[in-house]
Amino acid sequence: MTLAEILATLKAEVLCGREWLDREAAAACGADLMSDVLAFTKERTVLLTGLTNAQVIRTAEVSDLVGIVFVRGKKPGQDVIDLAKIKGIPLLSTSYPMYEACGFLYVHGLRGCSQVGDQ
Amino acid sequence: MNGREITYEYPLTGADFETAGEASSKIKRLLQQLGIRPEVVRRVAIGCYEAEMNVIIHAWRGVMRVTVYSDRTEVIVEDEGPGIADVDLALKEGYSTAPDHIREMGFGAGMGLPNMVKCSDEFAIETEVGKGTRIRLGFRHQ
Repeated sequence: MTLAEILATLKAEVLCGREWLDREAAAACGADLMSDVLAFTKERTVLLTGLTNAQVIRTAEVSDLVGIVFVRGKKPGQDVIDLAKIKGIPLLSTSYPMYEACGFLYVHGLRGCSQVGDQ
Repeated sequence: MNGREITYEYPLTGADFETAGEASSKIKRLLQQLGIRPEVVRRVAIGCYEAEMNVIIHAWRGVMRVTVYSDRTEVIVEDEGPGIADVDLALKEGYSTAPDHIREMGFGAGMGLPNMVKCSDEFAIETEVGKGTRIRLGFRHQ
């Protein structure tokens, strides 16, 4: 599923990285614990999270995540958005809460990290 | 690389959350430029980031040294800090001494050392209470 399809499915808005929305997400992960993201995600995963600090961007960078969706209408500060632009990580924000956002993507065919093979 | 090794060193400052992760980011780019396989680069970056966050969260200062050989990458993270009283306990998933404000950032859930073990091919730790901790992570390129 591309980020553009995720954007439409979650009725989300783009906070940065509109030019990267053609990127394909192989899987999704919903987590507020960055150590879990570091331990269990695969490459080209899209992260859904309620955390909005710079560590989320750093985690996305080192884990080769394809993008980040902030749930429940959360938006990071401009400094975090600027960091994401530098690191080339698109940021979306959806008003759906975590469970519903993950559920919508799942029923649209986007699988979890444990269901996709090692890259 | 012609069989020669390359070493880079990055200083780390305790409680400097502003730039936490920047050293790992630089190491990742360095390995990419050297043409190391993406799967290996990703594991090195994750191990470095967990080790870097540990220093920022727990220690006063430290240094991260990465040496790239033709067949492997070695990361050594040394810090001046409180050390770890019970290493076996710290290696268990879920054990943490991090305060709440660290947990609010998405860390401090007792996954740091277990994650370093998981993503690396070799892991070694030496620690002395009141002095500091030295962690060595080894990654094979093949």
